Amino acid sequence: MESKVAYENGLNLKATELRLGLPGTDIESEEQALSSARNNKRPLPDNSKECGLKGSSDDAQHSDHETAPPAKAQIVGWPPIRSYRKNNLQPKKGEAEASGIYVKVSMDGAPYLRKIDLRVYKGYPELLKALENMFKFTIGEYSEREGYKGSEFAPTYEDKDGDWMLVGDVPWDMFMSSCKRLRIMKGSEARGLGCGV
Amino acid sequence: MNLKRKNPNPDPSSPDSDESTQLSSPFPDEVLERVLSLLNSRKDRNSVSLVCKDWYDAERWSRTHVFIGNCYSVSPEILTRRFPNIRSVTLKGKPRFSDFDLVPPKWGACVHSWLLVFATKYHFLEALRLKRMTVSDESLKFLALSFPNFKALSLLSCDGFSTDGLASITTHCKNLTELDIQENDIDDKSGKWLSCFPENFMSLEVLNFANLNSDVNFEALERLVSWCKSLKVLKVNENITLEQLQRLLVLAPHLREVGTGSLLQELTPRQHSELKSAFSNCKNLNILSGFTEVTSIFLPVLYPACTNLTFLNLSYAVLQSDELSNLLIHCPLLQRLWVLDSVEDEGLEAVGSNCPLLEELRVFPASDPHEDEIVHGVTEIGFLAVSYGCKKLHYVLYFCRRMTNAAVTTIVQNCPDFTHFRLCIMNPRQPDYQTGEPMDEAFGAVVKTCTKLRRLAVSGLLTDLTFEYIGKYAKNLETLSVAFAGSSDWGMECVLKGCPKLRKLEIRDCPFGNAALLSSFRKYESMRSLWMSGCKVTMNGCRLLAQEMPRLNVEVIKECGNDDCQADKLYVYRSVAGPRKDAPPFVLTL
Repeated sequence: MESKVAYENGLNLKATELRLGLPGTDIESEEQALSSARNNKRPLPDNSKECGLKGSSDDAQHSDHETAPPAKAQIVGWPPIRSYRKNNLQPKKGEAEASGIYVKVSMDGAPYLRKIDLRVYKGYPELLKALENMFKFTIGEYSEREGYKGSEFAPTYEDKDGDWMLVGDVPWDMFMSSCKRLRIMKGSEARGLGCGV
Repeated sequence: MNLKRKNPNPDPSSPDSDESTQLSSPFPDEVLERVLSLLNSRKDRNSVSLVCKDWYDAERWSRTHVFIGNCYSVSPEILTRRFPNIRSVTLKGKPRFSDFDLVPPKWGACVHSWLLVFATKYHFLEALRLKRMTVSDESLKFLALSFPNFKALSLLSCDGFSTDGLASITTHCKNLTELDIQENDIDDKSGKWLSCFPENFMSLEVLNFANLNSDVNFEALERLVSWCKSLKVLKVNENITLEQLQRLLVLAPHLREVGTGSLLQELTPRQHSELKSAFSNCKNLNILSGFTEVTSIFLPVLYPACTNLTFLNLSYAVLQSDELSNLLIHCPLLQRLWVLDSVEDEGLEAVGSNCPLLEELRVFPASDPHEDEIVHGVTEIGFLAVSYGCKKLHYVLYFCRRMTNAAVTTIVQNCPDFTHFRLCIMNPRQPDYQTGEPMDEAFGAVVKTCTKLRRLAVSGLLTDLTFEYIGKYAKNLETLSVAFAGSSDWGMECVLKGCPKLRKLEIRDCPFGNAALLSSFRKYESMRSLWMSGCKVTMNGCRLLAQEMPRLNVEVIKECGNDDCQADKLYVYRSVAGPRKDAPPFVLTL
């Protein structure tokens, strides 16, 4: 009975509105009313009674406050999955990839490969500099028309389609998401790439 | 060797003997005990103990394993008095909703008081399996030092301890065969516990540290695996690389169950083929799990190992439908599958097509449904597809975004043998998305068709009709979970009056009040427990219940800020141990 009175106090009219259909923002206000019961924002008129158990209950509330305050209404303990599993949920689909994009780097003539994290670099200049340092060589000047001029090396990469592309042609973000591995080509092969197709 | 007990020649004039000696069994007690020691099922043992006093005695002396579903239903003193020869104990503590943060911390279920009694009464204790108990490092140390024969420790969904406690176990338990640490709220300080195993330690058969995040010393792990020739289960954590895993598999090709580490690595072709060959050499491999941060490049490595797989746990792997599909083609013998809903309906269609022997399916949400703006996940389509292809399906846990009455009706017609049906439509009170009607008919179909149903979890928009159906048809139902459902007290009354085998009833956020609670108060003595939170019961109603039923523990968890009249969280359970002596201030025993 008490809770009904609270709702009729004008704070949750939407919650009492009967609606069917797919849940939209309207259901959220109902959830908000429910979740507010969990985090002490219950719209009860009579909140003046001091609870003598305040000390230990504070702990209880902190545990209920694990979830952020309802921007989009959160219900404590819903959906019913164990905390351990919940903590392993990915908030966004891309999150798993966001934690480091490691690609192999090979250089023609070098005995072994290296591995770099593309996320570490902010753009092509930094990447190329890093490659130069790693393999102790110099890359020439990049131009759209002629590729890398002034050195016998050309940085290339294999993209998602399996094609070998010249590093630098596409925007950095596109490169990061499509690059599968890097190869620093040497000699005539490298020069071949530089000429206009 | 059983301890000697009563006089084999009972004095007919002694008060104990009465009719049991006149009607006593024609063979000596030792024989009876021998026969009874072959009984493993606890239901059978309970039945046996009710036959007559002789059988009760023979059973209690021959029992070596005891299962306690609610640690507060009995005291360690009563337990040890009845069963003197226990070697293995399983203890469950907190109410199940504590897994979902509905029970405040420091609620209780501490194992320590049990260990103190066991140390004197069960000196030869070998195994302890705890679920939802509070375990301290001090308890773990006490355990490690008090039981010279201790062999197996399993901790699931427990809290209160750190990796220091694990170190006590690995340091002192010379005969350890099993260490299974799963989904606990553990203070993960370091992986040093693994290095505490003695140098020539050989007895380990089960090692599961998949849910611990600290680095362990790989050399120590490698040494352990190479020495423990009986190792059957090895589940490593995320920090173990693919290369390290490959080395471990080469050392232990006899493994039955493997949990992988992190799979987010690129492999050279040589590494790829070495790993593939290591997996295919594991001829006994039945169970695979782990798969955190999996990439599709890795999965083909597993294909040769999948031929004999019976259980595949992909519930931490964000797989797409085609990745799952390609994997399942190689798993014809699969009986149990756990996946994330990232595989979507298409992935489940692949399940239906490739896994004819499937008996259990669990589909967990891959992302937080509150945060995910885009609607992904699975729907009724996936579930239907599985039901058409997997006729042996009897256990399902299904988190979905939408469902229809028609689909569920068809599903249970395809698979009438469900024993466990746990459906979670993730938006509370969501109706049938096609008709806009409540989901009553869906669950009606479940209980009418699935006569073997033992466990049911309901969701979606439900009226009292659902509970009428459950009360009327679910005659074998033992566990019922209800959330955001029902219209009035009548719903709960139907269940309490109708389900004769009901043991556990857990309810949250339903409009059930005192009338429902008190409608069948005698019922609770035949049940393990009742949980009601966010419902309409009041303190007065609970007090009435406590008055009527003195052998029940009626506990209310009081949280500050709530109306003093409302009993926001109610936990009722039967007990022979009387009210709790260790209740914290926020738990009121009425």
